[in-house]
Amino acid sequence: MEGITNQNGMEPVLRFIDVSVSYTPGVYAVKNVSTAIYPNTITAVMGPSGCGKSTLLRAINRMHDLYANIKTTGQIILKGKDVLKTDPMEVRRMAGMVFQQPNPFPTMSIYDNVLAGYKLNGIKLNKEEKDEIVEDSLRNVALWNEVKDAMNKRGSFLSGGQQQRLCIARALALKPEVLLMDEPTSALDPISTNRIEELLLELRKQYSMLIVTHNMSQAARISDNSMFMYLGELVEHNNTKQMFTKPRNRRTEEYLTGVFG
Amino acid sequence: MKRSGIASIKARKGKDRLVYWFVCLFSFLAMIPLFVILYNVISKGYKNFNLNLFTKGTPSSMDALMAKMNGEPIPGGILNGITGSLLIVGMAILFSVPIGLSVGVYLSENRKHKFARIISFLADLLQGMPSIVIGIIAYAWVVKPLGGYSALAGSIALTIMMLPMIIRSTEETLKMLPQSYKEAGLALGSSYTNVVFKILIPSGFGGIFTGILLAISRVLGETAPLMLTALGASVVNWNIMEPSSAIPLLIWDFYNDPNLVEMVWSSSLLLLIVIFLLNGIAKIVARKWKV
Repeated sequence: MEGITNQNGMEPVLRFIDVSVSYTPGVYAVKNVSTAIYPNTITAVMGPSGCGKSTLLRAINRMHDLYANIKTTGQIILKGKDVLKTDPMEVRRMAGMVFQQPNPFPTMSIYDNVLAGYKLNGIKLNKEEKDEIVEDSLRNVALWNEVKDAMNKRGSFLSGGQQQRLCIARALALKPEVLLMDEPTSALDPISTNRIEELLLELRKQYSMLIVTHNMSQAARISDNSMFMYLGELVEHNNTKQMFTKPRNRRTEEYLTGVFG
Repeated sequence: MKRSGIASIKARKGKDRLVYWFVCLFSFLAMIPLFVILYNVISKGYKNFNLNLFTKGTPSSMDALMAKMNGEPIPGGILNGITGSLLIVGMAILFSVPIGLSVGVYLSENRKHKFARIISFLADLLQGMPSIVIGIIAYAWVVKPLGGYSALAGSIALTIMMLPMIIRSTEETLKMLPQSYKEAGLALGSSYTNVVFKILIPSGFGGIFTGILLAISRVLGETAPLMLTALGASVVNWNIMEPSSAIPLLIWDFYNDPNLVEMVWSSSLLLLIVIFLLNGIAKIVARKWKV
């Protein structure tokens, strides 16, 4: 893993140690993954459908707890805490998630959507604090100027790309340690995709991000590091430039050149 | 080969048109009873549909006969029925909404659970249960142990009737919501309870509320179970432990009294208006709250 970009030579924000996830006993969707994610980097997780990239991502914020049949083993260390031994609600506040389909809460206004994390966690804020969080978060995702006069409209009134930026703002409002994104642009048009990508590059100054993507050129455009997964195994994790130019593994090379996928 | 192909297309088009007209015809036929009912109830009911209907209790048969002989309108109304219906149905709403909502949430959240499947099946059975049977059960469970007919017993019978509708509508509405709302809520660190009460139920509010309104409009007209439980009363009663009247019970009483039989129509008219209003509101809510 010597080629992985680590912007400031810092300690990893997230570390996987021998992580495995199984849906049915003995059948592994993610197999013995060990690696590290560094602060202020964007890491793209690539691989063919069913290779376990989303499964790995969802293991980080304990989304697998929702389904009794899924078992996660190993250690996932987020900011020094073993995720699998920490209360899932605490973990999820440290790891924001953005989904494939933009999903602002339909009954809440734009304003309330940004604050949803606080409301759902029963955190009381006064008006100034609320206004500040909303403005900061929406400025962060470059949505403030577009919606500042429509704060009380429902989130679903926005376009798909704006909705997805609202969802990112909603996740950022809680000031998470990492931002997990599961194909966040695959439901969006190219222009909206482009805006989100610019936004992610901007956000990298403050956050560490993992982004599952099917889109190799997207990975090449925005990520510092790339993970290539195949059949549940982490085949290669490297600096994106190196991975795309001189992949170390034959499988990676075949995937990147379109031999399979 | 080609020619026969064209001919068959013509034949198929003809058949298509025939089926279309048949469907239109039968749709029209199906609506006739509704128009007949409306015409009858309105034309016969409007005469006694006045302020008396809402402000006075049931007149005695004798008074009604005297008034009739003098050519005066019937001196009384169905205030006791209106208040009784409000009391009984109101209590039934208080009982059935929290229970029905909880069961509906449970069913939609535990779809594959064996226990949930059994509950779901039982709710279906309950939905098909004849109302008279529910009345008898409420009689045996509530009227007998409490030692007398009461509004409370009536509301319990109606609660049992409302439950399956509320359960079903809650369950179906919540099942239609994208799974990702729930995941997004949980991913923000929310507790499961908060996701249910602050995201899922508000998002499904339109469907759930519509189900509740339809359940109300269904039990508003129920007569049989109330005969065995609330019994009826000729005066206004707000005591839940006392027998109470209700609009459909009065309609039945009027029907059996030749001097009051005219009141059947005005009471029915009121009941129809309320039920149509509830249905109308349900439609509007369902449309406005679409998410």
